[in-house]
Amino acid sequence: MTRILIPSGALGLDYDKAALARGVAMKPDLIAIDGGSTDSGPSYLGRGVSKYARSSTKTEWKGLIAAARDAGCPLVIGTAGTCGTDSTVDWLLNITRECLAELGMTARIATLKCEQNPEQIAAAFEAGRVTPLSAAPEIDTRTIAGCTHIVALAGAEQIAAALKTGADIVIAGRTTDTAIIAAIPIERGDHAGAAWHGAKIGECGALCATNPQSGVLMVEFDATGFTVNPLAEGANATPHTVLAHMLYENSDPFILYEPGGHLDVTGARYTALDESRVRVEGSEWHVGDAYTVKLEGARIAGYQTVMMATLRDRHYVRNVRAWTDDILKKHAAKVQDRMDLGPNDYSVELRLVGMDATLGGLETRDAEPNEAGVLCIVTASDQATANEIGKMMNPYLLHHPLTREEEQPTFSFPFSPAEIDRGAAYEFCLHHTLRLDDPMEAFRLEVVDA
Amino acid sequence: MPEIGAIARKVRSKNAGPFWLTIDIFCGTTDAYTQIVTGLSTERVAQALQADSTQLKRFDIAELNVIKISLPRPVVQGHATDRDMHGAAWAALIAEIDIN
Repeated sequence: MTRILIPSGALGLDYDKAALARGVAMKPDLIAIDGGSTDSGPSYLGRGVSKYARSSTKTEWKGLIAAARDAGCPLVIGTAGTCGTDSTVDWLLNITRECLAELGMTARIATLKCEQNPEQIAAAFEAGRVTPLSAAPEIDTRTIAGCTHIVALAGAEQIAAALKTGADIVIAGRTTDTAIIAAIPIERGDHAGAAWHGAKIGECGALCATNPQSGVLMVEFDATGFTVNPLAEGANATPHTVLAHMLYENSDPFILYEPGGHLDVTGARYTALDESRVRVEGSEWHVGDAYTVKLEGARIAGYQTVMMATLRDRHYVRNVRAWTDDILKKHAAKVQDRMDLGPNDYSVELRLVGMDATLGGLETRDAEPNEAGVLCIVTASDQATANEIGKMMNPYLLHHPLTREEEQPTFSFPFSPAEIDRGAAYEFCLHHTLRLDDPMEAFRLEVVDA
Repeated sequence: MPEIGAIARKVRSKNAGPFWLTIDIFCGTTDAYTQIVTGLSTERVAQALQADSTQLKRFDIAELNVIKISLPRPVVQGHATDRDMHGAAWAALIAEIDIN
């Protein structure tokens, strides 16, 4: 049997310390935690940085290093630093060195780097080794070469290789959420379908149970299935909560593609062992024809300046669309006249907070709010241009009258300066797989003693 | 004609990666599930989301009293014109559909 202790859905979300101690006392074979996701948008991958505070990451990571020492097992993190670039692996490696020094410990650390050279991926694309997934954007070699960062998602093979170095701590770049949990059970010959299925159920910690924010979860794997055991007080897994987790962030709740094959849980049976543990059997792993890994890439889409104004005058709230339409027209004419820039050179949006800022053209409701927020978003090819265009919007958002006849109005600005430079705006531009001859071909493993 | 949000226990939406969106209708009871499964056509969902109904993947999961709908994201997550980074608000469009 293989026991994997999962402290929470991500490093940075905190975990229940008492439940973690309970897990440590059960002598797990591995403590595994996820460090990231694409869910917070393309900027983190585009810049190669973490979304969580360094101090939160360090506090929680230090607690896990101590827990793994006490349990006498390795500790592994996948997708270190939100996006899993080489820079975020190094960032967490530095944090790890600080934690070890403060704990008075030494450890062997393996880093698994998953970043790809855009030029090499462009060459692989030319060679027909890059294949689009469903709903992938159209790309060419220029799109690929223009990415600021590209990562390949490591699977169970690469995590197993990192653990085989004898490392106490594995810091992996981008991995699939499940690979860090599935690797050891697969390596030991536990049921392969159960290994991937249990990993998917466990990847968000106790999100597959009641009291989901408690985090800590133990998943036990063996030759025929897996058992889900949430460890916090008042956290219970039921067949319903476990099965329901297959819905989470999955476009298909029964099929899950991973490097080297896919998981099919159509035939899985979920049984309550007692009031808090669930046994699952019957999931199937199908080995694929070729070994492929998914690619993620982000590139700069432009530079942004944003502004916010709020309108509380009922007359203007009622007529806010006519007001913004008129402003956009006059502003565009001024940008053309004074900067010689046309509609293809930049974009300006005035999103109406309180009306349809969230859903845009999909909004169906039309009630009059107390106030209207006007969120101005300027995107241009460089920051200085975006800033100029934003500043040119300032007098309109402050004083523009609905008609010439009315007295000059004034609207509310929350900030000075009113315009905020957001820097580069990134976009995801890869939703593709890369075919490999050897699973380690696109990945780099290093071992350091610290 | 009640809204789906008044019949179901919860409707949620979220990204399934940057290029897909998924909406889960947790009906709560077998009765609510039956009412929504029979009353909510895939075409009506597509209309509310202004999506092509042939692009919608729908899973009616009686075991869980859940209806799951997945579709390619109308705008890729984080694109300059994306208004909802995590795909949180599409659920409201489904919750506000009236059915028999």
